[in-house]
Amino acid sequence: MTAPKARRVSPHLVWWGLAALPLAYLALFFVWPLATVMWRGLTDDGAFRLDLAAEALTTSHTLKAIGTTLLLAAAGTLGSVVLGAPAAYALFRLRWRGVGFARAAASVPFVLPTVVVAAAFSALVRRGGPLAWTGLDQSMWIIVAALVFYNTSVVMRIVGGAWAGLDPGRVSAARTLGASRLAAFRHVTLPALGPALASAASLAFLFCASSFGIVLVLGGSRVATIETEIYLQVNQFLDLRTAALLSLVQLVIVGITLWATDRARRARERSAPARRIDGTRLATRRDAPAVIAALAALLVINGVPMIALVERSLRSSSGYSFKYYRALAETPARGLLPEPVLVAAWHSLTVAAVATVIASVLGLLIAHLVTHRSGRATLLDAVMVFPVGVSAVMIGLGLLLTLNRNVVGFDLRASWWLVPIGQSLVALPFVTRTLVPAARAIDDRLRSAAAALGASPVKVWALIDWPLLARPFGVAVGFAAAIALGEFGATAFLARPDAPTLPTAIVRLLGRPGADNVGMAFAAAVLLAAVTGAIMFAAEHFRRIGEAEL
Amino acid sequence: MSTPADAGTTGLRVTDLTVVYPGAREPAVDSVSLAVKRGETVALLGPSGCGKSTLLAAIVGIIAPDAGTVEFDGEDVTHVPIHRRGFGLVFQDGQLFPHRTVAGNVAFGLEMAKMPVAERDKRVSELLELVGISQYRDQPVAKLSGGERQRVALARSLAPRPRLLLLDEPLSSLDAELRSRLAGEMRDILARTGTTAILVTHDQAEANAIASQVHRMEAGRILPRG
Repeated sequence: MTAPKARRVSPHLVWWGLAALPLAYLALFFVWPLATVMWRGLTDDGAFRLDLAAEALTTSHTLKAIGTTLLLAAAGTLGSVVLGAPAAYALFRLRWRGVGFARAAASVPFVLPTVVVAAAFSALVRRGGPLAWTGLDQSMWIIVAALVFYNTSVVMRIVGGAWAGLDPGRVSAARTLGASRLAAFRHVTLPALGPALASAASLAFLFCASSFGIVLVLGGSRVATIETEIYLQVNQFLDLRTAALLSLVQLVIVGITLWATDRARRARERSAPARRIDGTRLATRRDAPAVIAALAALLVINGVPMIALVERSLRSSSGYSFKYYRALAETPARGLLPEPVLVAAWHSLTVAAVATVIASVLGLLIAHLVTHRSGRATLLDAVMVFPVGVSAVMIGLGLLLTLNRNVVGFDLRASWWLVPIGQSLVALPFVTRTLVPAARAIDDRLRSAAAALGASPVKVWALIDWPLLARPFGVAVGFAAAIALGEFGATAFLARPDAPTLPTAIVRLLGRPGADNVGMAFAAAVLLAAVTGAIMFAAEHFRRIGEAEL
Repeated sequence: MSTPADAGTTGLRVTDLTVVYPGAREPAVDSVSLAVKRGETVALLGPSGCGKSTLLAAIVGIIAPDAGTVEFDGEDVTHVPIHRRGFGLVFQDGQLFPHRTVAGNVAFGLEMAKMPVAERDKRVSELLELVGISQYRDQPVAKLSGGERQRVALARSLAPRPRLLLLDEPLSSLDAELRSRLAGEMRDILARTGTTAILVTHDQAEANAIASQVHRMEAGRILPRG
């Protein structure tokens, strides 16, 4: 199609030239740190010492942490499916006035920073909270509740999407063949939802198994998972080898889960009908109990902790006031924090902004490079997914072990830059996951048409790709900013004690006794939730404009 | 199954059936009355959107009518749940269960009726034979062609011996040649099994080929004959 033109630069060279930037970034800040962690865990004095590794891993302490991790993840997944699947029916299969708002509201928990969720559940059960009498503080149960809070929306979205696209004719067919409602559900609906349920459950398990912030805050000194154990080993016992070994165990668990997730996702894609069917139906009076039950359950698990958080941020010994919010502008007493919480918040914003820029630019570059399916594109795409599987804790630990020194002439020791680098790695997969499908959805004939009309490759990108990618890019930037701002897993390892971010400041305040500290932590958590919420709202707005015009 | 009774009460009797979709101005089915005698096949012929499929759905019980009654052999079944009416329905697009084999699909209704396994296998073989697809018995349904799928759908609906079989444009997704061949076969199968049936179609030739009586439908009403 293109006019014959003498090419000065080989397109392959250009491709690899552009790919060099994300690949180098990942190699330096992700692969190398990861390799370092493995090396540190498995060797001693430069020799492989698997015996030492085995010894460190089989202490009752470590085994207990591994068991707790699996148990919590299993319980959290079970709870999320039990609550999320019926909610998917009520909110996605049925149509009723206000269902759109209910869906949006039910999706909020997933975008909240872990620290906010942890603070909210802590507000419920901690001394002075409405559920303090239950004695659930620092118990497995409260952690499971927080995990369910988080992952119900994941399950609801995935299962709901599948349920809404199920042909209701199939159930009718079963009914005319003599199946009762229950039998039709068991023999027809459930098998059809199977792949989506498996996919949702494995994803929930993945998130539950790497929920560092929640366990650290809610488990206190009594419940330890692999990730909180890594943190403890690094910060209190300075045992880097055990920390490295534990993160390898975590990597194996996450790897297996990712493998299962991918299999389930493929099965789900295979089983999806070729043509999209609208299987939703208008809710009738008979559906009211189901809808009300689902809404009530969602309201209790999603609403009550958030209400408790806001309430306790306003309640002090002398009644309701903005005392704790005002205190955010002052440096806390007794050297608990080196600076006022608001300064930490400002610090958080600048760090998150840098992380967002890095993740967005790299994401856009990657999306462009993998638009055309090819061997190298598949490879690059696969490489870029790695950070999803590796939990934020591991990214943080890896960067800490590797880059706390001079790197090619730059002194990164305790550098301010480590924090945005870590956050950008956590956010990057979300950016590419948003941008790559959007870039691939652009009809290649548009580009051919533009090229045939005389546009150079750069012009084609600027005049065809970019206008069509701008909206998804806006969504991706919003995602990245929200993730970076609330990021805790990697940041906990990288933020300097004298320059905390908002999430690390909140966790530090929650970790100290005293009504004033805790009250300030709750106020800071409300602030963090508000800022994150505003960013996500803006990003969703971008998406909605995009959809309205499609 | 058949009990001697006078002509007025055997078979299907639909009286003043009305269906109004929520938010719609005009009823989709407007006070329709219809009778089908045992062993007879009646066709409802009309353009798409005339309410014929809605009428079928209301008779079989997928949609609750806003007014009117559905009786079979004198028994009012208007409020009987779908699965207890003993009415079969062949869907336009087959609605085969994708997770079951051909035999698994045909056996579904028999399983619901809790028929013993041996007897069930025999009945499945019998029906696959009847519709001429015995060779696909253990195949997944996804591999079948359009015509084969509709044969499975017909066999599946006939398997539990419904007292009334409703056919919702069963051949409309097939090409013309296959359609006329299958129409002839379908008439023979219905006659051989003595099935009482209502066929909904927009194809005059198909209606004539399968049914002994043809009613025309328009805007939710059955037109008077003539």
